[in-house]
Amino acid sequence: MADITNSNAATRRPRMNIGHMLLEGRAFFALVAIIATFSVLSPVYFSLSNFLIMSSHVAIFGLLAIGMLLVILNGGIDLSVGSTLGLCGVVAGFLMQGVEVPAAGVILYPPVWAVVVLTLALGAAVGAVNGILIAVFRVPAFVATLGMLYVARGVALLMTNGLTYNNLSGSEALGNTGFDWLGFNRIGGVPIGVIVLAAVALAAGLMLARTAFGRWLYASGGNARAAELSGVPTRRVQIAVYMLSGICAAIAGLVLSSQLTSAGPTAGTTYELTAIAAVVIGGAALTGGRGNVRGTMLGAFVIGFLSDGLVIIGVSAYWQTVFTGAVIVLAVLLNSLQYGRSER
Amino acid sequence: MTAHQAIPPQPRDAAPGEVVMQARDIAKHYGAVKALKGVNFDIRRGQVTTLFGENGAGKSTLMKILSGVIRPSSGEILLDGAPVTFENATDALSRGISIIHQELALAPNLNVRDNIFMGREIIGPRGGVDFAAEERITRALMAELEEDIDPLTPLENLRLGQQQIVEIARALQARSRILIMDEPTSALSASEVEVLFKVIRDLTAKGVSIVYISHHLEEALTVTHHAVVLRDGEMTAYAPRAEIDLEWIVRNMVGENFDLGSPPDSRLGAPALAVEGLCVPDASGRGLAVDHLDLEVRAGEIVCIYGLMGAGRTEMMETVAGRLRANGGTVRLNGRDLAGLTIAQRIAAGLVLVPEDRQRDGLVQTMSVGQNLSLASIGSFTRGLFTSRRAEAQVVADAIREVTVKTAGGGAMIGSLSGGNQQKVVIGKMLATHPQVILLDEPSRGIDVGAKAEVFRLLAHAAKDRGLAVVYSTSEVGECLSVAHRIIVMRRGRISAQFDHTVTKEAIMAASGEAVHH
Repeated sequence: MADITNSNAATRRPRMNIGHMLLEGRAFFALVAIIATFSVLSPVYFSLSNFLIMSSHVAIFGLLAIGMLLVILNGGIDLSVGSTLGLCGVVAGFLMQGVEVPAAGVILYPPVWAVVVLTLALGAAVGAVNGILIAVFRVPAFVATLGMLYVARGVALLMTNGLTYNNLSGSEALGNTGFDWLGFNRIGGVPIGVIVLAAVALAAGLMLARTAFGRWLYASGGNARAAELSGVPTRRVQIAVYMLSGICAAIAGLVLSSQLTSAGPTAGTTYELTAIAAVVIGGAALTGGRGNVRGTMLGAFVIGFLSDGLVIIGVSAYWQTVFTGAVIVLAVLLNSLQYGRSER
Repeated sequence: MTAHQAIPPQPRDAAPGEVVMQARDIAKHYGAVKALKGVNFDIRRGQVTTLFGENGAGKSTLMKILSGVIRPSSGEILLDGAPVTFENATDALSRGISIIHQELALAPNLNVRDNIFMGREIIGPRGGVDFAAEERITRALMAELEEDIDPLTPLENLRLGQQQIVEIARALQARSRILIMDEPTSALSASEVEVLFKVIRDLTAKGVSIVYISHHLEEALTVTHHAVVLRDGEMTAYAPRAEIDLEWIVRNMVGENFDLGSPPDSRLGAPALAVEGLCVPDASGRGLAVDHLDLEVRAGEIVCIYGLMGAGRTEMMETVAGRLRANGGTVRLNGRDLAGLTIAQRIAAGLVLVPEDRQRDGLVQTMSVGQNLSLASIGSFTRGLFTSRRAEAQVVADAIREVTVKTAGGGAMIGSLSGGNQQKVVIGKMLATHPQVILLDEPSRGIDVGAKAEVFRLLAHAAKDRGLAVVYSTSEVGECLSVAHRIIVMRRGRISAQFDHTVTKEAIMAASGEAVHH
């Protein structure tokens, strides 16, 4: 009994062989393969400037994917992120146009920082509604967020009457300039959107790996009953996860409308599916409890670099859709290979 | 179709008692875990063969192999003298072997007729299901089994015992000649057990062979023709009914001189846990699963709660731990009323529960051994916003040492551990929160005898050295007489008797209402 580490228990160090390594790092190898292939096919693909442009595309659904990862790790799904992105963009645009207060007879032009804060709060509120429906009222996540997908999109369309807010630059006189900073500016040559993505990814990674909340999230996604009996506040965790997902969608909405300097009510349509795809390609299990930010980021880059590469070499947009679908199914196939082996 | 055709006649050339199925050197490994280590036994025509063995002895694994659910790692199965390999359960079923699991495999939303013909519907001449023929056969089967169940009754309206009869009818309809029954009486009332035994006797008279598994030893002895005893994956004894008695079974099940420990000479302190008048509604919401229960446990004391399934042990523990809500009574921890506190708050206050089903409620399978061990005490190694890796490693190392988990290290996956070590991880996780009271619901379920002894030893140590108040429940009477200072017997939500550790097994079993059927 003294020697507990050297035992006959059923534990062995995992043997590292080539197949195992390829399976574990599949998203990474897929990304390398995509970059290599398109670099051969197109002379303009392999350049720093192209990578940065592609990365700023990746930033949008990369941000959504981080929120989605948190939800999926918790064993849920958030179909509303695309609509939340659109709604948050529209609300930001609305605030930038100035808010008319009829009682006082004035038009308020909130400064950009206030617009950002209010938009993030809106994202959190949308997520809170999802989370409360799911955690407290036991509505299945799929249904609750599907409903929110429609409601948020409908509200965005109502607010704009189906039109787009075009003038988001603000004006010097009103003191609300700088909204396009998020989308257009660069720090050290790197687009702000990419930096925001990196910052959010880093924060999410740290949260998952090194905080009590992160551990609670993994535990309640892996086995909610066991987590609850171990003292994990599973409901609070669940609500918080959907709020974080909503905030991620709001950030993505801000970055997107800033990149476009316009906010349309249909922005982000079907992006929730791209985000789920990125998470799945990144090796997370849809059943919860398994996955990490690094994988999800790789997944987002695989999708982004693949579809942009197809555009660059001039493949039809319809083929892009087919390729993306094939990649997703392949990823899930490999996931079940990885997680299913030990079952029987 | 007449009633006589409902149960298929057996081949006339086979004499009763002739061997119809044989297991030869059946072994099954899961990784390094040996669930079965080479088992031999015979199933005879028209006779009942009972498998005895403690939890984790390999009974269920063996049954799954015989019924084609899993394949053996080595060894062979002979059917009528010829070796067979079952591709899956359907394959075994087509050769006349049916298994009735402890958890019935029926659809509660369908009626009796549709359940019996589920997946084997009779197709009429026009391609539709011939419901009339199905109903006729169902009626005939029910008449044969002497059960007054209408074929069109929704299954969910039947009592559990009747549902079991439906499952048996389903097996008979599939022309099964070997029927495997895994713990069929565990959820039945005494009168339902009588009905089941009558059905078993009728079936054997018609030449159906039965393989029976039960924890209720006396009960099984009344119906069986042969006894096979398994222990730790090995067959320890095989004998016809006439040559054996209860003592023979227990001896072979548990092994000679097996010691599960004795009560530690801990200094008993003040009452740590005081439960008064606790009432918990049952699943239907009409009755009480726990009925005005009083319980007091002192620091350093170990109390065993014995009772049959459905006695209310699990409900009592889960209510005290905060998972279920009581509808009356108080729970006090060191004098403090715990009313309204969440599970997390109760853990922080020093009251923890080790749940009955460790796979479902105890472990997070997607996490490592270390992460499971530290899950309930994350606060103790969080410094500011972040967890401290070093402090966590210390918590994990301490827990592994304290509960002697055999693992390659904290980073190993939880699924790589044997059942006993997984159970120690669940216990270690709760002990790492430094509780004052620990409740353990069936801590010995599904672990081998050696691990069982270790679990009881570590509980005795915790009670003696830490002054921990320990309450554990068990449905194996041998485990009452181990480390417990006091034995409480529960029956229908109430305490039916209390004993000190000098009591006999017979007295405990009598107080639990464990009926001996004749």
